[in-house]
Parts: sequence; C-alpha cells; structure tokens
Amino acid sequence: MNINTTKIISLLFFIFSAFYLYTAYQIQVFAFDENAPFNARTFPIYLGYAGLFFSGLKLILPDPNTIKVEHKNLEYKKTGILIIIAIIYGATILKVGYFLTTSLFLFASYYFLGERRWILMFLLSFPFVAAFMYLLHGILDIYLRDPFLQSIGVMG
Amino acid sequence: MIEGILIGLTTALTLQNILMVMVGCFFGTIIGMLPGLGPMTAIALMIPITYGFDPATGLILMAGVYYGAVFGGSTSSILLNAPGVPGTVATSFDGYPMAQQGKAGKALAIAAWSSFAGGTLSAIYLLFMAPSLSKVSLSFRSPDYFALMILGLTAIAAFSSKGQFLKAMMMVVLGLMLASVGQDSLSDITRFTFNNMNLTDGISFVLVVMATFAMSEALTIILKRNDPTSAAKQVSLTELGSIKINKEERTKMYKTIPRSSVIGFLIGVLPGAGATIASFLAYGMERNVVSDEEKEKFGKGSVNGLSAPETANNAACSGSFVPMLTLGIPGSGTTAVMLGALLGFGVQPGPRLYMTNPEIFWSIIMSMYIGMVILLILNLPLIPYIARILAVPKNYLIPLILFFSVTGIYVMSFNNFDIYLMIGIAVVATFLRLYDFPMPPLILAFVLGGLMEENLRRSLLLSNGSWEFLWDRTLTACILATTILIVVWHIYKTFKKKN
Repeated sequence: MNINTTKIISLLFFIFSAFYLYTAYQIQVFAFDENAPFNARTFPIYLGYAGLFFSGLKLILPDPNTIKVEHKNLEYKKTGILIIIAIIYGATILKVGYFLTTSLFLFASYYFLGERRWILMFLLSFPFVAAFMYLLHGILDIYLRDPFLQSIGVMG
Repeated sequence: MIEGILIGLTTALTLQNILMVMVGCFFGTIIGMLPGLGPMTAIALMIPITYGFDPATGLILMAGVYYGAVFGGSTSSILLNAPGVPGTVATSFDGYPMAQQGKAGKALAIAAWSSFAGGTLSAIYLLFMAPSLSKVSLSFRSPDYFALMILGLTAIAAFSSKGQFLKAMMMVVLGLMLASVGQDSLSDITRFTFNNMNLTDGISFVLVVMATFAMSEALTIILKRNDPTSAAKQVSLTELGSIKINKEERTKMYKTIPRSSVIGFLIGVLPGAGATIASFLAYGMERNVVSDEEKEKFGKGSVNGLSAPETANNAACSGSFVPMLTLGIPGSGTTAVMLGALLGFGVQPGPRLYMTNPEIFWSIIMSMYIGMVILLILNLPLIPYIARILAVPKNYLIPLILFFSVTGIYVMSFNNFDIYLMIGIAVVATFLRLYDFPMPPLILAFVLGGLMEENLRRSLLLSNGSWEFLWDRTLTACILATTILIVVWHIYKTFKKKN
C-alpha cells in the first residue's frame, strides 16, 4: 500500500470516526428509551460506522488520483500570521467592541500581507468599518455590541 | 397559479426587492469573476446582510447573487480562459477562442443572451413544474424522504469531485457528524458537547458555511500564493469589440437555446448534478446535433458551442431550486446554503411552502426572472467597469473576506467561542482542500443532517425498528437502488483505474 498524505488523512478520519462511534455509544439516553427502535444515539452510531466504512475503503483501495502538494511553494508564514490575527480579533471583539477591533484587524492584515499604501490602508479600515457599521446598525437595524463606542458616547 | 404569479410579482417588484436583485447581481458578478471564489462564497458573505430583511427579500438578494456569480464566471471564462466557477468551464471552449479573434464583446453578448434565454425558459418550466411537484411530493412519506436524502448526498459526492468519490463521501459523513452535535431534537439529550455549554444548541449553519467556504477560500488563496484579482486586471485592458449579434448568429442561437435549456433544467433538478454537468452535456449534445460544417468550428469559436453551455448552466441554476422549494431537499451546495438561510429565517421549505408562504415561493420564482433581466441590462454594458473595480489587490480582498466572515458570526451569536470554532474549522477545511477533499458535500450533509435523522426516526418507529421500510414502498426501493448503483459504480471505477 502506497502511503501518501491522502492516506494519512483517511487514517486520521478513521481514528476520528472510531472516537465518534465510541462517544456515540456513551450518549446517555432515558431508561424507557434504552430499547426503543430509535433513540438519541441511534443515528450517531450509524454515522460512526459510515465514517469507518468510507475512510477504511479509502485506506485499502488504490488511489488513482494521488494529489501532490509542493509544500515549499506554500505561504505558511503569511497564512499563520493571518490566522493568529484572526484569533486575536476574535478574542478582543466582545470586550473592546466591533469598530476598533475590526478596524485594527483590517489594518494589521493589510500590513502583514505586504501592503504599504498607508492612506488606502486607513481608508479601507476605519472609515470603511464605520460605513459598514452604519449600514448594519443604522439602516438594517442589526444590533452590534460595541462597549468602546458606547463608552465614548458615539453609540447608544 | 395566476394568483401566485401576481403575489410573486407584487413582492418581487417592490422598490426594495428590485434594489436587492440589482445589488445581488452586481456583487455576485464581481465575486463570480474571481477564479476560485464561486457562488457559494458570494452567498455565504451575503448572509449577515440578509439578517436585516424579511425572508423573501433575503432570498431574493441571494438568488441575485447566485445568478450574478454564474454570469461573472462566464465573463472570466470568455475573456481570460479562467472560469470563475466550474459551471462555466465549457463556456471557455468556444468563448475564449472567440475573444482571441477580437470578438470578445460578441462572445459576451452571446453568453448574456443565451443565459437570459436559458434562465427565462427554465423560470417558465419552474413556474409550471414546481407547484405540480409540490402536490406530488405531498404523497412522499418519511422513508421516501430518507432515501431521497441519501440519494442526494451520494449524487453530490459522485458529481462534485471527479475520481474522488470516497473523499466526497467522507466529507458527507463529516458534515452529518457536525450536524449531530448539540441537543437531540426529540429527547433534548445533549450529544458530543463534551460539557461545553456553547455547543448545546449545536454548530451554527452560518458558521460552517463561512468557515468552509469564505474563510477557507481566503486562506487557500494566501497559502497557494494565488492572486484571483490578477485575472481581473487584464480584463480592463482587453479590447471588447462590438456586442452586436448578426442575423446568422441569432438563427443558430434560436435552435440551440430551447434544447439546451431543457437539458440544463432537467439536470439541475437532479440532486447533486447542477450547472457543471448540465453545461458539459449541453455542449456535447450540441456538437452531435449540428451539421458537419458547424461541428468543425467547435473549439474554435462556434456560436452554438458558446450558446449551449451558457443556456444550460443558467437553466440548471433554476432547476436546482425545484427540489429545494418542493421537497425541502437542496440539489446542490449553493441551494443548500440557501436552504440553511431559509431555515435561519424560520421558513421550512417543502411541499407546504407554497401553501403556507406563497409570497416566498412565488417571489423567488419571479425574482429569478427579474434577476435575468437586470443581469442583461446592467452587466453587459458594465462589464469593463466592473472589471476595473475588481483590480483591488488581494492584500485588500483577503482581509475583507475574513472580516465579512467574522462579522457574520459576531452579529449572530456575540460569542468568542463561535469565532474560534469557525477559525478552527476553516484551518482544517483549508488543509483538506489542499488534498482535494470537496466541501459542497459537507455543507449539503450538514444542512440535511437534522432532517435525515428525523425521517429515519419516524421510519424506524413506524416499522417498529425493522429496516424493511427501505423496500416496502416501490418509490423508496427505486430511490435506494439508484443510490446503491452510484456507490457500486464509483467503487468499481476506482478498481478499474488501478488495473
């Protein structure tokens, strides 16, 4: 059997399905439901077996369309930075507020992706977010929580 | 039906809804032109905006985005040989050679008129077929629905990724597993939450769509160092030429459009098939029915060769609404996203939709047609200008996509956990995409997961735990036999390829 990344992913999926199946069997159902034809664990159990079946087949069957990925050509650094910025954005958005965190997220993302046109970067972050907020909050009446703007009295 | 059409027209022709169709078509065209960013991403990005509207308006906006994205995909196929969406690959076979001959404007006009005619005819088919099918589908029982969902999921796995059936089936199972997280709908017993309160209500559909499409596509573009906007920069530099179609070309189109629209619509109705298969089949069929002299021109800028796939892919888009509106079962990834959005609005599509919410049912059908007209009037003369807007560098485009994704989740839940979960799913999806694991089957399975469990529950309870319900009714047995055929055929093909 030829080992490639697709096979490794299939193996991981097989292990995941086995874990899912184990967890499905652990679902606590009501006593009167225990022997019912269908209870809360029935469907997940079938899904667990289906996952084992398809990933098992993928593991043992030949792979005629092997995908080769040139890892040296992939931009891991920028992608990683972008993910980290997004996580920081997610962590601060509730406490700091939508306007400031979103504007800073956009500004930082432009910067780390290599942009250096400062005026354009500014226009497409702070005023852009303000306009978008106005569209959502002001026109479409979609509530946007923003403690920062509330503290300075801009938002009610 | 006349009453329904009038209800639909009244809803669709309000100033707000016309504006929504225009915005949707415009936005969809822009996204559709960017290779790699298809209609599903465009619709997913629109979901947060639709929260502020009533269901009909929200859906009208999304339908406009859908058609705009398909039209945008055709434009980049013709001008750059870089199809924005898979459904427009066949368009490039004759559209691009025509553009190279200095007839880009003409090719765009043929594509636009063919799309318009295909969309118009299929809207008429839909108009007549959907209510009848709704009535027929009232006789469907739980076992039929369960079997139909299995068929839909198998079919989308079979068609979504060539030669990757098992990968697609793994994605189907993963989608169903994700859908099973949270409270069981009947007993309220929590499953797979690992004592995390944030998972009690399950994983949000919008979160999964944003993560697997918008966010993961943005990450993939960065990871692979692609620049979808580089193609768009060339468009504005292209000399388009005249957009007039002469009499001879019109005559050819008159013959091609009706037959391609029928093929497109019927393929679109089938679960899992859709615009890509419809356009290839229509292209192939057209090549077989034209004269030998015309056959020689295929691949070198044939009018029939361009008109056929364009008609079929738009007709298939309308066709794919049939199973969604009448059975509540989406036939494609894109309609799955729309179904999810409808469920979010509290509207359950299905045979009763057109009785309980006729204004939604009919306004979607009517807005499709209005969308076609707007695409024709606005987009054709505006393509060079739209292309200029597209010259936004990816350094701006990617953060904006991420921003829309996070905003979508933020306005929905105001919960940090959901944002982390979205980023986590997006990272896994990006990695899976690298190895050609298709995402549309995952979305369709996620949307259908709850319905599928519900129908299986009813079927098993009614048959007292026996699986005989799968072959008790002829309809169920036929649907299931088709599913088994698809599975066996694809596994056999894998063996055959190796040998």
